[in-house]
Amino acid sequence: MPMMDFQGKQIEVDDDGYIINLDDWTKELAVHLAGMDGITLSESHWEVINFLRDYYKQYQIAPMIKILVKEIGKAMGPEKGNTKYLYELYPGGPAKQACKYAGLPKPTGCV
Amino acid sequence: MAKLEKPEELIKIDHTPPKKDWMDTPAEFKEGMYCWGAKGKDLKILDFPNARDWSPKEEDWKLPENWKDTILEAMADRLSKYRSFRLFMDICVRCGACADKCHFFIGGGDPKNMPVLRAELMRSVYRKYHTTGGKIFGKTAGARELTLDVLKEWWYYFYQCTECRRCSVFCPYGIDTAEITMMGREFMNLLGLNTGWISGPVANCYMKGNHLGLEPHAIMNSIEGMIDDIETITGIRVNPSFNRKGAEILFVTPSGDLFADPGTFTCMGYLMLFHELGIDYTWSTYASEGGNFGFFTSNETAKRLNSKIYAEAKRLGVKWIIGGECGHMWRVLSQYMDTWNGPADFLEVPKSPITGTVFDNAKSMKMVHVTEFTADLIKNGKLKLDPRRNDNLKVTYHDSCNTARGMGLLEEPRYIINNVCNHFYEMPDNTIREQTFCCGSGTGLNASENMELRMRGGLPRANAVKHVRDQHGVNMLANICAIDRATLSASMDYWVPGVKVTGVHELVANALIMKGEKERETDLRGEPLPGKEGKE
Repeated sequence: MPMMDFQGKQIEVDDDGYIINLDDWTKELAVHLAGMDGITLSESHWEVINFLRDYYKQYQIAPMIKILVKEIGKAMGPEKGNTKYLYELYPGGPAKQACKYAGLPKPTGCV
Repeated sequence: MAKLEKPEELIKIDHTPPKKDWMDTPAEFKEGMYCWGAKGKDLKILDFPNARDWSPKEEDWKLPENWKDTILEAMADRLSKYRSFRLFMDICVRCGACADKCHFFIGGGDPKNMPVLRAELMRSVYRKYHTTGGKIFGKTAGARELTLDVLKEWWYYFYQCTECRRCSVFCPYGIDTAEITMMGREFMNLLGLNTGWISGPVANCYMKGNHLGLEPHAIMNSIEGMIDDIETITGIRVNPSFNRKGAEILFVTPSGDLFADPGTFTCMGYLMLFHELGIDYTWSTYASEGGNFGFFTSNETAKRLNSKIYAEAKRLGVKWIIGGECGHMWRVLSQYMDTWNGPADFLEVPKSPITGTVFDNAKSMKMVHVTEFTADLIKNGKLKLDPRRNDNLKVTYHDSCNTARGMGLLEEPRYIINNVCNHFYEMPDNTIREQTFCCGSGTGLNASENMELRMRGGLPRANAVKHVRDQHGVNMLANICAIDRATLSASMDYWVPGVKVTGVHELVANALIMKGEKERETDLRGEPLPGKEGKE
């Protein structure tokens, strides 16, 4: 497995740069991962990341985009509960990119 | 990850073979054409041999020392166990009828993706160790040693075959090339040479009952979300049950339907149909996967994963089983389940509670495809349908390889579509029914790191869709497979933008007039129905 050097610590990542051990995740790591893609995490980014982490804690899987959109809309208001808004925040796709920064495994399967 | 070229670049396909003989042309691993290696933790969960992290990109594949003996012993064992395998190793006359039938060869141009040559990768080794001619004359007799380079070549090309069996349709001997690929993968499985995309989902199936790893509360949460959406659209609140003992029918569908668009709309379709009929059925959070991802690793694993369907039917005490829209699920069910884990003599011969039709074709298996069930309802006039609700759609139908060639399910989906849609157009004859082209990403190849392979393999299907789009304005590609719903969405976006993908039961539910429903404004996707566009 490839390793990523972060703050003097070796962190195990998969071939696409997703961290392997969820316990390795810190807020600083999320900032670092986003920075590697040229993204500065704003408050709006964090809203999504925090939702993803909460959802994962409860269901052991990253939510599908439909649920993400619906739940973000419920919690943050309809102006944020749409796919366009989420793609503006995460141009690489909310499922893949936001999950990566949130430290969740990449969804694998017929998705 | 390798960057995928634009379609106008990828379409420049070179079919010129290399100058040298194929045996002297080593496999060159190109990023974008193969999947990442398995994770040790997943292999360990499954008790698979040689559990360790590994990467096909590295020179060292961390093989066990005796890897060669392991494969040769397995080959000898399977040759004695499966007469079909020995036959397929022996009888090819290299007529070439299969050569240009493979979607990967058509879209990629690599001669080792001609089914005849892909099989020859293994036949050459078979000859060396199991035929007199091969033992004595070696290369002259088309035989070669099993070396590390040969093993790597096997891996590269047996994971560039989707076991779709289109080539077999054209083989005058009926050689099932898929079985050769399956055998190749089974041998490599013994060395831990699995891919991450396959072993992760297989481990999930084993641990949690479905390939996505959905736990019971995640399944129920997802279906509850669908129930809310159905209520918003129709005003009707459907009320499915889970793990309910004593139900008449158990319903098993691929888990992609539970957790990925556009499969979720198909799933809403099942929920609405079964509610409207008022049938006595239950979902299971234990047998929560119709698809069998073990089928992409080894016979034993596939059998092990399959066993839970009958086990759950027995535990719940149902009479028979309906299965959802999935491709390879049905190849496994109709060709293997009964002999692997049957006889299911605790079940009854399936009989529709609505029409009284007895499904004699499922007499032994006791499991009916949901399109057989629904086609029978329509044939007997049991559904009130308004196909005009699908009038914004110009639909074509992609036969999934496994339902078409693996079980001969050709008419029922078409019959349904023709009854729920007014605009249906077939793709050209040599790309549908038994000759259907693969989506390009089946058998566990729908990862994200091998996108070039997927788009090349998806080209022939996409090209046929493009034809009906250009001829008739087709904008919707229907199918009955969860892998298709995921993979065709990607290949349509790439090759034929504007064409969307749907399951058949999404179309059914759009047209289905339910008792007491409110006037519908939108389809299941929340898009305005034809004639309601101004009201949003």
